[in-house]
Amino acid sequence: MSLWEYANPAKFMALSTRVLPALACASAVLLLSGLIWGFFFTPDDYKQGSTVKIIFLHVPTALMAINAWLMMLVASLIWLVRRHHVSALAAKAAAPIGITMTLIALATGAIWGKPMWGTYWAWDPRLTSFMILLVFYLGYMALWRAIEDTDLAADLTSILCMVGSVFALLSRYAVNFWSQGLHQGASLSLDKEQHVDNAFYFPLVICMLGMGLLFITLVLIRTRTEIRLRRLSALQKRTSQ
Amino acid sequence: MIPIILRDVQLALRSGGGFGLTLAFFLVLVMFVPFGIGANLELLARIAPGMLWIGALLSCILSLDRIFQLDWEDGTLEALATSPIPLSGIVLSKATAHWITTGLPLTMISLPLGYLLNLPPAQYGLVLLSLLCGTPALSFIGAFGAALTVGVKRGGLLLSLLVMPLYIPTLILGAQSVAVGTAEPGIMLALLAALSLCCVVFIPAVSALALRANLR
Amino acid sequence: MKIESLTCRRASTPILQGVNLELHSGMITVLRGPNGSGKTTLLRHLAGLGSDTQGLDTEEIVFSGHLDAIKATLTVGENLRFWAGVYSKALDPAIIENFELSDLIERPAGRLSAGQKRRLGLARVVLSGAKVWLLDEPTVSLDTASTDRLVALIADHSARGGACILSTHIDLALPQAQILDITQFKASSQEADPFLSGDFT
Repeated sequence: MSLWEYANPAKFMALSTRVLPALACASAVLLLSGLIWGFFFTPDDYKQGSTVKIIFLHVPTALMAINAWLMMLVASLIWLVRRHHVSALAAKAAAPIGITMTLIALATGAIWGKPMWGTYWAWDPRLTSFMILLVFYLGYMALWRAIEDTDLAADLTSILCMVGSVFALLSRYAVNFWSQGLHQGASLSLDKEQHVDNAFYFPLVICMLGMGLLFITLVLIRTRTEIRLRRLSALQKRTSQ
Repeated sequence: MIPIILRDVQLALRSGGGFGLTLAFFLVLVMFVPFGIGANLELLARIAPGMLWIGALLSCILSLDRIFQLDWEDGTLEALATSPIPLSGIVLSKATAHWITTGLPLTMISLPLGYLLNLPPAQYGLVLLSLLCGTPALSFIGAFGAALTVGVKRGGLLLSLLVMPLYIPTLILGAQSVAVGTAEPGIMLALLAALSLCCVVFIPAVSALALRANLR
Repeated sequence: MKIESLTCRRASTPILQGVNLELHSGMITVLRGPNGSGKTTLLRHLAGLGSDTQGLDTEEIVFSGHLDAIKATLTVGENLRFWAGVYSKALDPAIIENFELSDLIERPAGRLSAGQKRRLGLARVVLSGAKVWLLDEPTVSLDTASTDRLVALIADHSARGGACILSTHIDLALPQAQILDITQFKASSQEADPFLSGDFT
């Protein structure tokens, strides 16, 4: 049995029906326990006070914002190479979730920035990179909406995702030339793990795992919706013939 | 491929070709700057290089949909796609023609416009060089966006939304290379030229993929 | 050259399936079928504008679609010279003569009538020097005299070893042509759409 079998819509629906409840429960348990542990049972930072606890939301969403794009890239490549319809629909389904993660990461970053830097928005390179990621998501979603024929839309958005990934990466590094920024090295990134106390580290990892599972759950739900929509339009086309 | 370049340049210069429009748009944009922020010469001198880059970039976006749209509408594109010239060669020729009729004139006109913005004398050479190195990237990335949206009716706005994020690295490198007080513009210029060359090499192939999908 | 069991799709819906075509020099094939039966789709697939890359070699074909591929702001002569350049051929004055375009050579193509435009579009087909002509409704907006001349050109092309596949609604005086009724290749509607197979809600 190969993994490609699940590129068949019916097989995919059957499998996702079975795993979704477990996935949803696991992500809820992990995310809730991680957040509760992080918010209420960790000490305040000696310098940043309790504001540091926003990290339990900020870092996992930022991580998933990038991973969602990576997942779209992989799904797009699978569509371009092997032309599995479910793959294209999964990429389409992931975009709105990715953009939501990006928005949450931007918002929590800005809120954290206020007490830290005295301003919500200071064109810090890391936050700016996320702003750029946001416009990439917007363009990708706009292209999906603009084209009626789903196969053509899948083709074009996949090509855009491919080229966009290269340019997003270039932007990420070009931004470093443009501004040295306010960031204190590790304050906004995963690197922090190396510097933070175990008291922060474990709940953070649990939150990241929970957010990852939440992402998978949401992508599955949305992909199922997209598959149903495609089936509906195929049925309509058949009856109109 | 040469006939395509020649014909596109010829078409751009003909009436209705829109050659002068881009330059006029650039002029008006530059004129807007002092209207928007005040005619403070010191301030203008500081922002002039960046403003010239933003102006050139926006003027370039304005003419992107002409690269493939007209040929798409009158059937020339499908006739070209079935001709012995490979599709990526067609993209290469048309993007080159776009650069000759847009990027190159914008680069030239940036010098007199720079004077209007009180560009510091030391920056003139840099502005010319950086636009010369960077505008090919603008034309080729733009051709990619145009290839994606060629089948979308009234796709101009969508095209801008798709292309602008892709322009970010070019804009950052270009504006940094000419910024007043840049320590080593040479590195930025080299990176900018490298970016342009990569675009010239790789963009025609991916644009051909997009055109092929659209022609189906 | 042979084409076997080609499936043609229009906007990802299969229109034709199992198309078998044989292509040899001197052959003229006229595609027949009612509107929407897939004549254009088949020709576009053969020209390599289809969903899979089963088309013919672009070195050997020339495709003429519903649109004439003419630039309105260029003159007739400039249009022809451009296409001659694309196909790396010298512009033969006999072709201009044949399509009665000599008097119009300096006129901007935008000011031509529909029939004159079609003639200019067909002149491109001839000057390409391609072996296989793929013509989609070439007789549209041509008058009787021009249609006769087109028929003569096609016959001449096949006599010199070229091949031509065309779709048309009118009867052309081409006795050597074979008629291909494409309704026989009509895709059955229950062709597997992956989203219709299987049981799920």
